[in-house]
Amino acid sequence: MNRSVPSQQSASIDKPGLLQALRRLVPDEALLDQREDLRPYECDGLSAYRELPLAVVLPNTLEQVQAVLRLCHGVGVPVVARGAGTGLSGGALPHREGVVLSLAKFSAILDIDADKRLARVQPGVRNLAISQAAQPHGLYYAPDPSSQIACTIGGNVAENSGGVHCLKYGLTVHNIQQLKIITIEGELLTLGGSGLDSPGYDLLALMTGSEGMLGVIAEVTVKLLPIPERAQVILAAFDDIVAAGRAVGDIIAAGIIPAGLEMMDRLAIQAAEDFVHAGYPREAAAILLCEVDGTNEEVSAHILQVREILHAAGASEVRTARDAAERETFWKGRKAAFPAVGRLSPDYYCMDGTIPRKHLPRVLQTIEELSQQYGLAVANVFHAGDGNLHPLILYDANKPGELERTEAFGARILELCVQAGGTITGEHGVGVEKINQMCSQFASGELAQFHAVKAAFDEQGLLNPGKAVPTLHRCAELGAMHVHHGQLPFAELDRF
Amino acid sequence: MSDQDISTDLQERVCAAAHQPTAVCIRGGDSKAFYGRTVAGEVLQVGGHRGIINYAPTELVITARAGTPLSELEQALAAHRQMLAFEPPHYGEGATLGGTIACNLSGPRRAWAGAARDFLLGCRLINGKGESLSFGGEVMKNVAGYDVSRLMCGAMGTLGVLLEVSLKVLPRPEAEATLCLQISDSEALGQLHTWARRCLPISASCHDGSELSLRLSGTQGAVDAARKRLGGEAVSDSELFWQRLREQRHAFFHTQKPLWRLSLASDTPPLPLDGKWLYEWGGALRWLISEAPPRMVRAAVEKVGGHATLFRGGDRDGAVFQPLPAGLLKLHRNLKQAFDPHGIFNRGRLYPDL
Ligand SMILES: Cc1cc2nc3c(=O)[nH]c(=O)nc-3n(C[C@H](O)[C@H](O)[C@H](O)COP(=O)(O)OP(=O)(O)OC[C@H]3O[C@@H](n4cnc5c(N)ncnc54)[C@H](O)[C@@H]3O)c2cc1C
Repeated sequence: MNRSVPSQQSASIDKPGLLQALRRLVPDEALLDQREDLRPYECDGLSAYRELPLAVVLPNTLEQVQAVLRLCHGVGVPVVARGAGTGLSGGALPHREGVVLSLAKFSAILDIDADKRLARVQPGVRNLAISQAAQPHGLYYAPDPSSQIACTIGGNVAENSGGVHCLKYGLTVHNIQQLKIITIEGELLTLGGSGLDSPGYDLLALMTGSEGMLGVIAEVTVKLLPIPERAQVILAAFDDIVAAGRAVGDIIAAGIIPAGLEMMDRLAIQAAEDFVHAGYPREAAAILLCEVDGTNEEVSAHILQVREILHAAGASEVRTARDAAERETFWKGRKAAFPAVGRLSPDYYCMDGTIPRKHLPRVLQTIEELSQQYGLAVANVFHAGDGNLHPLILYDANKPGELERTEAFGARILELCVQAGGTITGEHGVGVEKINQMCSQFASGELAQFHAVKAAFDEQGLLNPGKAVPTLHRCAELGAMHVHHGQLPFAELDRF
Repeated sequence: MSDQDISTDLQERVCAAAHQPTAVCIRGGDSKAFYGRTVAGEVLQVGGHRGIINYAPTELVITARAGTPLSELEQALAAHRQMLAFEPPHYGEGATLGGTIACNLSGPRRAWAGAARDFLLGCRLINGKGESLSFGGEVMKNVAGYDVSRLMCGAMGTLGVLLEVSLKVLPRPEAEATLCLQISDSEALGQLHTWARRCLPISASCHDGSELSLRLSGTQGAVDAARKRLGGEAVSDSELFWQRLREQRHAFFHTQKPLWRLSLASDTPPLPLDGKWLYEWGGALRWLISEAPPRMVRAAVEKVGGHATLFRGGDRDGAVFQPLPAGLLKLHRNLKQAFDPHGIFNRGRLYPDL
């Protein structure tokens, strides 16, 4: 099944001329233009969308990257940056008349400064590789997306990725100090600095989460943290998902910010249990995994408190991992939850909305109702502590109409998140996937402002065109009814 | 004064200014008038746009109108044993939420907890075309669209008028204690970096030229254990000490001479600039009272990859913030154009042509 790709038209390109020019800039083996070589790049982690680019370039020096960008800028060819291609929103989906710029060869850790607790790395370095390199110094890099063995730090910055530990330690934006970027014009710029702040506008923040639309991330300096003296995890089972949701708020109300606070519903528990045998209570309606870390004394105090809170919140069972091995086991089920759910059905579709936590019970209830209405099962595995939902919709792409039904269901879930005062994406980005839902999240004024920001960096719109921010026209055509200050949306555009 | 929503008013005023166009000087509580470059223009008072709109302690979020006094916000949080973890300085009774965010000023906890920009979740603003726009939101994780809210942090009002701000808040630590060690500045830097690699509940540091003060925050047990490990003498009124430091009422700041704020890599050795020094943030923030020519201060700082702000005093029409390299300045101009095409907001407060 193949989804159509939004607005990919651009002036027709002289392909042989472009390839010839690229060949002068990068070594032969760093330029791919044969169909079979382009295949591996046709999609990212959201494989329902596929497209072949004109070419893929894999430069290995910043000068080459600069030269490629200058060339593309000069001839008006779109450029799509790509890390590991694990993105879940089609952000790295190629442009059919453009070039994919792979940063995969930039995989060196340039410097670990244990005193300053900083690591300076190239954009193609894998997330986990940073923590591994920092470990001998007693340090680690906190943001830990579940894809951390594969995804690159450049991709993490481009998506502002989070992980299980971002409730306490923040997202990518909170854990980087400096970026080197290359503009579409091929200019190398440094954002941020060697101190904790830098003069002028916070371009470091603006670049983070910009989905490859504002510049190419060429180097990243990340902050490292000391490995906590102790970390301990508690598993609590609930007969009722509403009570589990309430327990999350109770822990936070008690003044405790756990390192991680994750929830799984029955379908997810059973799938994980069948897959990795983590010892989860199969009959529970929901489980919570609550990890606390810090100094020895702090962890001891918090573990006691959290146990009491969970009991008081009506947990049917509360288990504390006795040692590191058991802690691993508790987490194993959570970490394997996506592939575990993947075993239940031929395909699954991972959603990524965030809501204010207090609406968890209502939103989960509505998702359940929608699930019955659409005739598609849903497993919920999510970052409960920060209200970031990951409903996994189970479907079979080979059954006619099922993908369309899944997408319609997914869109309803995202709109539900917006209505609950939340957002259509907590960490996976908009990409091509959620471009239509951007029309429900934002009114025309905000979208126009985003386009103006884009133009400030990339006037011709060559970096990752068609992603992340929909055109006003597209939203008007969709007729999304975003009622803003009581005005009709897109009143300035013609209706037909 | 009581809560009121004057956003329609403000929007009309901005529209009128954009139409002319006339320069507008945005004013909250006027507590930070000393900060930034001299700015001319018709004053736009936003202090009247005030009041907490939503505070949900278990969501760890507070949303308030930009003119809300910082003290009102902090009181509301304290009632639920919560706080703004970036410990914003007030620099005056009237300090407002909007001004705090526009200046992105953070206090002693910054190096450990994060800056104002790290706690910003969303905002509503009026851009230079007079449009009222909303970015981000009230949830912890949100990557829909560019991070425009954070861009407002530290923009000194040059990109828009903040109307509402949503911040992440945190529980107050159960216990805090401050200890004091009589060591030199270089020794203090060495110690701080050794400690930084260990798991210790440090939440603030200050070296005033003769002694190092260190704050510990966490559970009572964690604070007690760390005190034993680190030694030093206990400071009796911990809270007052850090509050005075934050508000620049510490004796160090009593001066008529120019006050510089240097932001550097934390392990930078003491710089060869004449004057009085005070170090915070584990060495990453350094205050310097000096009459050295700005050129000299900037050159010394640039050499070690940092930046210097002429925080108080000196020439307020000159370069108050570290000049930007050409490539970055161009992006700044483009962004200014994108938000404020008629160039009406706080002209020159940050840089001469923004
Ligand atoms: C099993 C699984 C689990 C996941 N779990 C999580 C999770 O827990 N949390 C989370 O946040 N995400 C998660 N993800 C999503 C994904 O891993 C992240 O978004 C990741 O940051 C993408 O990195 P990447 O290197 O694969 O980037 P890609 O997919 O290659 O690219 C992602 C986007 O970034 C842009 N980009 C990449 N590199 C650069 C660069 N150097 N400069 C400019 N732009 C660039 C691309 O153009 C694209 O828009 C998961 C994905 C999978 C498959």
